[in-house]
Amino acid sequence: MSGPLTNLDRPNSYIGRTVPRPDAKRLLQGRGQYVDDLQLPRMVHAAFVRSPHAHARVKEIDTTAATSLPGVVAIYTAKDFVDHVTPYVGVLTHLQGLRSAPQMPLATDVVRWQGEPVVMVVAHNRAIAEDACGLIEIDFEPLAEVCDAAAALKDDATIIHPEFDSNLAWERLVDSGDVEAIWDRDDVTVIERDFTFGRHTGVTLESRASLVEFNPADETLTYHYSGQAPHMMQAVLAKHLDLPEENVRLVARDVGGSFGIKIHTYGDDVATAIAARLLRRPVKFVADRMESFVSDIHARDHTVHGRIAVDSSGVIAAMEIDDLTGIGPFSMYPRTSAIECNQILNLTGAPYQIENYRARGRVVFQNKNMMCQYRAVGHPVAMAVADGLLEAAAHEINMDVVAIRRKNLIADTAYPATSAAGMKFDDLSHQRALEKLVSMMDYDGLRQSQEEARERGVYRGIGLVSMVEVTNPSPMFYGVGGASISAQDGATVRLDAAGALHVSSSITEQGQGTNTIIAQIAADRFGVDIDRVKVTTGDTATTPYGGGTWASRGAGIGGEAVLLAAQALRQQVLEIAGTILQAAPDSLDINNGQIVDVEGAATRMSLGELGRIVYYRGNELPNDMMPEMIATRHYRVTDFPFVFTNGAMAAHVEVDPETGFVKILDFWAVEDCGRVINPKLVDEQIRGGVIQGIGGALYEECLYSDDGQMLNASMADYLVPMAAEMPDIHIAHIETPTKTSTLGAKGAGEAGTGGAPAALMNAVNDALRPLDASIYQMPMTPQRILRVLGIGKD
Amino acid sequence: MNQRHSISMTVNGEAITMDVPVRMNLVDFLRNELGLTGSHVGCEHGVCGACTLKIDGEMVRGCLMLAVQADGCTITTIEGFADDPRSDRLQAAFERNNALQCGYCTPGMLASALDYIEAGGSTDRTAIRQHISGNYCRCTGYQSIVDAIAQTIEEGQKS
Amino acid sequence: MKASDFSYENPNSLNAALALLANQDGDVQLLAGGQSLMPMMNFRLAAPDTLVDLNGVKELQFIQETETSIEIGAMTRYVQLEQSPLVTQHIPLFAKALPHIAHSAIRNRGTIGGSAALADPAAEMPALLIALGATLNLQSLTGQRSVLADDFFLGLYETTLADGEIIESISIPKLASTDRTGFYELARRHGDYAMAGVAVVDRVVGDLASLRVVFFAISDRPVRDQKMEDLLQRPSANDEQQHLKEAIGQLEFHGDLNADAATKQHLAGVVLNRALKEMET
Ligand SMILES: Cc1cc2nc3c(=O)[nH]c(=O)nc-3n(C[C@H](O)[C@H](O)[C@H](O)COP(=O)(O)OP(=O)(O)OC[C@H]3O[C@@H](n4cnc5c(N)ncnc54)[C@H](O)[C@@H]3O)c2cc1C
Ligand code: FES
Ligand code: FES
Repeated sequence: MSGPLTNLDRPNSYIGRTVPRPDAKRLLQGRGQYVDDLQLPRMVHAAFVRSPHAHARVKEIDTTAATSLPGVVAIYTAKDFVDHVTPYVGVLTHLQGLRSAPQMPLATDVVRWQGEPVVMVVAHNRAIAEDACGLIEIDFEPLAEVCDAAAALKDDATIIHPEFDSNLAWERLVDSGDVEAIWDRDDVTVIERDFTFGRHTGVTLESRASLVEFNPADETLTYHYSGQAPHMMQAVLAKHLDLPEENVRLVARDVGGSFGIKIHTYGDDVATAIAARLLRRPVKFVADRMESFVSDIHARDHTVHGRIAVDSSGVIAAMEIDDLTGIGPFSMYPRTSAIECNQILNLTGAPYQIENYRARGRVVFQNKNMMCQYRAVGHPVAMAVADGLLEAAAHEINMDVVAIRRKNLIADTAYPATSAAGMKFDDLSHQRALEKLVSMMDYDGLRQSQEEARERGVYRGIGLVSMVEVTNPSPMFYGVGGASISAQDGATVRLDAAGALHVSSSITEQGQGTNTIIAQIAADRFGVDIDRVKVTTGDTATTPYGGGTWASRGAGIGGEAVLLAAQALRQQVLEIAGTILQAAPDSLDINNGQIVDVEGAATRMSLGELGRIVYYRGNELPNDMMPEMIATRHYRVTDFPFVFTNGAMAAHVEVDPETGFVKILDFWAVEDCGRVINPKLVDEQIRGGVIQGIGGALYEECLYSDDGQMLNASMADYLVPMAAEMPDIHIAHIETPTKTSTLGAKGAGEAGTGGAPAALMNAVNDALRPLDASIYQMPMTPQRILRVLGIGKD
Repeated sequence: MNQRHSISMTVNGEAITMDVPVRMNLVDFLRNELGLTGSHVGCEHGVCGACTLKIDGEMVRGCLMLAVQADGCTITTIEGFADDPRSDRLQAAFERNNALQCGYCTPGMLASALDYIEAGGSTDRTAIRQHISGNYCRCTGYQSIVDAIAQTIEEGQKS
Repeated sequence: MKASDFSYENPNSLNAALALLANQDGDVQLLAGGQSLMPMMNFRLAAPDTLVDLNGVKELQFIQETETSIEIGAMTRYVQLEQSPLVTQHIPLFAKALPHIAHSAIRNRGTIGGSAALADPAAEMPALLIALGATLNLQSLTGQRSVLADDFFLGLYETTLADGEIIESISIPKLASTDRTGFYELARRHGDYAMAGVAVVDRVVGDLASLRVVFFAISDRPVRDQKMEDLLQRPSANDEQQHLKEAIGQLEFHGDLNADAATKQHLAGVVLNRALKEMET
């Protein structure tokens, strides 16, 4: 069926409507099923001895006392696994020159970060496993560690992987136009800033968890998985455990948050699978909070030198960045740890028309926990650098920060367009987003009240950001580089004998509402009540093949596959109905579970009746009709490497210059994620994302000592955003559907996290301006703000 | 080295007598021994609030109490709240406002919210935010949770 | 993160608890609210051989009034202090400070005695007790002694509490209605341990008439400084702020993850001024 997608008058028009999540009730009653909720017969529990050193040689491991502890089932070190797993290397060919060393689930000979798993204990319960860990003695010979990314590149730095000539993992240059010709021009103003972005991590409330069973009779491995990409993990495990891919089944039920944390290959998880196979009984591993902090991937940790030139009218003449990031001792498998840097190079300044752009990114090994993709990969850095430079330049030339954006944003009429870094854009709305933001926040009124507050000695600041977000990636993201990561997704829609729809999809649910939007799209496109749609996701045995949920791709790619499958099934059913009713299929429609006439809408038969005829009384059908009642469709983005979305955000803050505390008074976000399938769900994605962005901007940081010890590996010391300090967030939408699909949905999951830090940094600096201070380091802690105010300096 | 004690308690209205390892904390006991997996574990050091439950009418952290300490007590977990009509309105408000995403914080959040509502808490957003400030939610950003609690109180005042 | 094994004792009288504390071999620890000890045990930073649970010792849970003081049993929980009319009337400083201690689920369990015994330098209670001129009554099998809060806190997690001793109760001299109190703390998030905080008690009548200023979360213990108190009691000299700054400069500051010593020094001045201002209103 073609025709308008959003037609709220039809009974089954769900696309564009706020529909409550069918799974909410279950979760509200404590009936979720997370991995740690599962108990299997003969299940045993794993714990790990992790390296206390950032860099050390493992000389001897004595497990004697631990082995004899009652309740201990097995103890493994790296050498026990040598014949049961092949090493993995986190490189992709399209990230040219990226190198990393082979990794094994448990450290072999050398440990390279504090927290790296060294010994695995399996016991009857976790407490005994931990008792045994305490009895294991490891003789470590400490090695010189390199923790600081800049120091890691010095000539005299310890080389973490002796097979390489340096600690440089990857370097990329982008050079477009001619920046050098700009800096010395006397009609431009040049601003330079050094930005520092702290390390932070996902802190999913449900930590990483794996429960793995192995059936030796048919050599099948079933992995109960708390993660985002079941098919990717299936391929990874099959490859490295040397099992046929079809013998590995990943099952994700409820997942307690992921945000990119739960999409990587972790040694402890792989070890759990190996142990289950060796022991031939279910093994459960649930990371405790302490080990989460030192083993879940970290993200950000970039220092960026940025430079911008603007002419006297505010037009950006050139922009240049130099990004340096430490990624830990390996590049994470299979997605690599170079993507964040790559994104920063791609995205800095992307909302703006910039002719001359140069960027260098360097990714280095260091002896800290590993880094990889976490919500809004690279975006917070790219947006904060570009918009931080832009607002600084605006003030330098006495121009309003909204006015300078109006000057430079790529015009809404200019698409398709290509950015200086080579990104292809279409269907974006930067100008409309900015104008909507400005009116929603009453920008002029706010500026006025800011002035009045300053007169009272109250320091308030307003900061904005215009942003893009990478969503709906095509195979150009990972697959092209050789990773077994699917960029396409599939959906199967089946009509049962009672007239209900069953949808299974390869995208996954971690709370975003994936299952809800799948049901909405299927019900809408097919023509049944949403209550009659049952959705299955997360299980490689029962869902079509696909990428899963990451990079804000679920709705845009997975949703389109559901749409295509539902439409195909609808066509089939109308043909069957036409035969039964002796009517032309296109004279019939499906509405609310009934076959109706297009003309006059008279009910002809129910889907239940049709189902019963097809499944039970096939004798009533012509002999040459063998109805399928099931349709599967797949979809991938073809014309663009990514489908970008855009947005604009603003923060209003108050800084207490005596204490350095920042209070967020208000926050606004305007988002264009194309077709909005469920407004409430989209708003909540943005809100949650903004709060995560606030976390990175004001609170969250993995603090390390100089010798590579994480100092705040607990929730008492690593500060996540809690309710009392967080603002209410005002949201507005612009809907510019992407032309790449019928559905027109782009992603929205990462916008808040990507944009909020920039808006906050600009707002804090705006507040500090009368005090002649500025801060370009995140998180902007009270102490750091006091320092830029000259307080507490020796 | 696994000393045990016998305990008796009432959990969600059901009398229970069991032998438990003394070192086992209350939330592990409820989850692993009684199969009440609605209470969650997020930190095991009292900060995240995922394990929040009610014992003798008071809200506590299930990870900071030993199961043996609950001997003789009456415990209500999320599974018990779910059957209690007083929490119906709150759950409906959570659903309406999409005040949960992954749902992992939800049982503890509901326990905290119920405690606030039953103590006669006001609809003041700052007061609500402060009360739930010991419950971590990574997904929602809290606003929808505050909305749900405030709406439940408003409805209660009307009826 | 599971606690290591221990034997569990659940005495129902103070004497029985004291006997267990004195007679059990190995590392014997008391369990009060568990809101600090349980996390430490889960992290295996504490691994007692025997845990003596005081929650069954009902004689340690009381709030009583004498003519001059409020007597509080060591096992009295924060929530009971918050809800006690006696405390509200005679120790208004508690009402100001208690909401800053953690969150209500934790205040439902945590005890005044546990906080005193723990002696966390960032905790509110030790500073409050010193500011209020409280006395801790300690009991052991061999006898009883009373120690002024001033003398009780010796350093980071260190007190005068001897082996075999239990804090039995805490006596707090009542505040008169004309006495004034001030409290201010800066915490990164609501309910967190403070980055810097201060409690001020200005008793204007009676034998105890004096001004007390006690900082917390700035050093390895609560910090009281007589020189500063003298300064504040003198009718305001015009360079009072300068003198105060100098007095603060004399204190010993210990940094933590949120603030180094220099920041703490600055913030000590800020919280003091704010507490004094709050006291004026
Ligand atoms: C998330 C969280 C946030 C917190 N935030 C704060 C905060 O902001 N400010 C703050 O002050 N505290 C905070 N706390 C700690 C809380 O206040 C604790 O309750 C308190 O520190 C200890 O009291 P307790 O009764 O729980 O003692 P327990 O943890 O049971 O015991 C603490 C120590 O005292 C000993 N002990 C206990 N009672 C006695 C006694 N009668 N005689 C002798 N020794 C005894 C124990 O053996 C143990 O060594 C927080 C705790 C958590 C989990
Ligand atoms: S698990 Fe108990 S508070 Fe986090
Ligand atoms: S809904 Fe996921 S942690 Fe709250």
